[in-house]
Amino acid sequence: MVLTAIYAISFYLATLILIGGLAYKIIEYARTPAPLKVPTMPAPLTTGGVVVRMFEEVVFFKSLFRSHLKWTWLLGIMFHAALLVILLRHLRYFIEPVWWWVVLVQPFGKYGSFAMIVALLGLLGRRFLVERVNYISNPSDYLMLVLLLVIGASGTMTTFVAHTDIVQFKAFMLGVLYFDWQPLPADGPLLVHLAAVILLMVIFPFSKLLHAPGIFFSPSRNQVDNAREKRHLAPWALAKFETSRGTPPQPSV
Amino acid sequence: MAAKVEFQVPALRPYPYVPDLVPDSMKGKGPFVAKPDFQTPLGFPGPLVDNWQEVAIEKMGEMLKKYRSLRVYLDVCVRCGACTDKCHYFLGTRDPKNMPVARQDLLRQVYRRYFTLAGKFFPKLVGAKDLTKDVLDDWYNYFHQCSQCRRCSVFCPYGIDTADISMAAREIMDSIGLGQKYCNEIIGKVYKIGNNLGLPEPALRNTLEGLEEDIQTDIGVPVRFPIDEEGADILLVTPSADFFAEPHIDGLIGYAKVFHQAGMSWTLSSYASEAGNFGMFIGSYENMRQISLRIRKAALDLKVKRIVFGECGHAWRVAYSFLNTLAGPFDFLDPKYPVPQHICEVTLDLIKRGALKLDKTANDHRRITFHDSCNVARGSRMGDKPGGQFFIPREVIKASCNFFYDMPADTIHDQTFCCGGGGGLLTDDLIELRVKGALPRIEALKHVVDTHSVTNMASICAICKSQFTKVLPYYGFKMDMIVSVHQLVSTAIVL
Ligand code: SF4
Ligand code: SF4
Repeated sequence: MVLTAIYAISFYLATLILIGGLAYKIIEYARTPAPLKVPTMPAPLTTGGVVVRMFEEVVFFKSLFRSHLKWTWLLGIMFHAALLVILLRHLRYFIEPVWWWVVLVQPFGKYGSFAMIVALLGLLGRRFLVERVNYISNPSDYLMLVLLLVIGASGTMTTFVAHTDIVQFKAFMLGVLYFDWQPLPADGPLLVHLAAVILLMVIFPFSKLLHAPGIFFSPSRNQVDNAREKRHLAPWALAKFETSRGTPPQPSV
Repeated sequence: MAAKVEFQVPALRPYPYVPDLVPDSMKGKGPFVAKPDFQTPLGFPGPLVDNWQEVAIEKMGEMLKKYRSLRVYLDVCVRCGACTDKCHYFLGTRDPKNMPVARQDLLRQVYRRYFTLAGKFFPKLVGAKDLTKDVLDDWYNYFHQCSQCRRCSVFCPYGIDTADISMAAREIMDSIGLGQKYCNEIIGKVYKIGNNLGLPEPALRNTLEGLEEDIQTDIGVPVRFPIDEEGADILLVTPSADFFAEPHIDGLIGYAKVFHQAGMSWTLSSYASEAGNFGMFIGSYENMRQISLRIRKAALDLKVKRIVFGECGHAWRVAYSFLNTLAGPFDFLDPKYPVPQHICEVTLDLIKRGALKLDKTANDHRRITFHDSCNVARGSRMGDKPGGQFFIPREVIKASCNFFYDMPADTIHDQTFCCGGGGGLLTDDLIELRVKGALPRIEALKHVVDTHSVTNMASICAICKSQFTKVLPYYGFKMDMIVSVHQLVSTAIVL
């Protein structure tokens, strides 16, 4: 019961930190103005065009693809796609009855974990092997991949090696959701898996994982190219300069 | 002036390549530091203030609140490495701190230390560092090895723009009294005299009169170079290098001939006799605005209807992207025309309407390629379609020349390489950097010289023109290989 309590409470705290931290960062990004028009050109001329540009970046990693680092792109796409499928698959632990399309996703998610592990190993490998990437890597960059690998490997083990009692685990998860705690199966891989996920949730808003919300706020990608047509002015610039238009220094010739 | 630096000019290699790292190969003291006299007119202290560390951190905090780009870019880099081989300075110097992400990290490490929880509690883990004198020295050195060309931002999955980071870093350094002599002295000249080169009005008038006389003698046509003519339709704002440097001046002659043949009424301004705006290079909104306001004032004083910019890369970025923000609204100008317009837009429009008589064969002794200037390519647009900044100058060239060949696809358009002298680095004390930074462009140029016998490279940027004039000889090319786009028009136009 102690174990159940520790994990349940950790889940609550981690969720609070994740949501609170992300909300804080997103509000901070949204509130900070971009005082100048700085899209990387050529840029779309309309908001619709920006939506398309963003879609291409978020779904296909278009800029990364253009960088000729085809392996990085492939591993990156592979990791993120696998992660998406796996996350969808995990929905079944949080809902009852399970939606039909979540049932459909199950087999993909099951084997997707292998794709994720392979991609992560590839990404880790290039941090060691590619001189330039090695140079720019901090300890946290390796540890992030290791953490994800631990999550992937332990999760895979619960399915393929030390089969976890998922009926009992689902009861635990729903119990956490509805504040009606049920015992957590004390399986090694499952406990490691959950602990690593909780850790990931906690560090998310303090780490480079902020790239997920951050990309939508990147001025070089989300601005419309209409500087000549529409005057773009940040509130601070308006307040500082536009109330009394300063005159430039006079020439002294 | 700087003593001649001894260094090895890099050998041209088969293109493309990614070099190995040579750590600290460009470590140094950076360009000359601005004396206090050059700092004051810009509103900056000097020399380095005593509590510089405190002031710098405070300034950084202030900028994080004003610039979302800074905040987001410093947070979201995942160190994927996509940008690492995209910077011409890295390719030319092999110094790992010239990899864009490593350059950003110089600022990011300090941001993390003072503004993020992870950096406050686990500095080693996330690569956070205190702002020490060593770090400041690296800032000064390596943020003056970035020409703010934005090539890295094209390939970054989040669009992280190292140019923005460099500008912010320079602004922070200026605020603690550590400014760069070249940029800040020039901005001072604009305030005092009206242009980057410090050409006073009488000298300017003289030059223009001389040009009129020369053309009259050469071709017997009275092409005018009007200055301060109130009531003209067009105010032409052009980089001051156009008034005396080669091949810039041939471009200026080209604009004048175009206006002449089209029968357009235009004027230069002695007050706003500079298109360039070095306020951008030092990341100073305030200074960039002051310089921009001069153009507004000139337009109002001269009662013009349109503003047209001459061939200048970063000037066009500031003009196209920022002028409306900084010095607008321009509701007093003729709403039929965009404000401002690029001279290439004007010329191409005239060509399309059949208003110019061009004899392409006059350029048959030249085989041309076009160098997309970084600020035009990635910081602006021309015309009404995305990418007009690539096609419009090329169409102008093709209307004036029979032989045109593009350099390899990954070195043009939005993947163009900077000339190596942009961003406030066009100074003799940085000549080694300039020569090495030009390497990727020169390699691409060599490719079309070898495959298409290209004789000349055309450009629409005053900095590119000056830079190539200087560095081409280091690589065994003639300095007059670089030409102005409107120089080609000037050669072809039949008056
Ligand atoms: S491409 Fe962008 S995210 Fe990748 S290392 Fe460079 S700056 Fe960071
Ligand atoms: S902006 Fe240009 S010069 Fe600066 S780091 Fe990026 S590629 Fe290099």
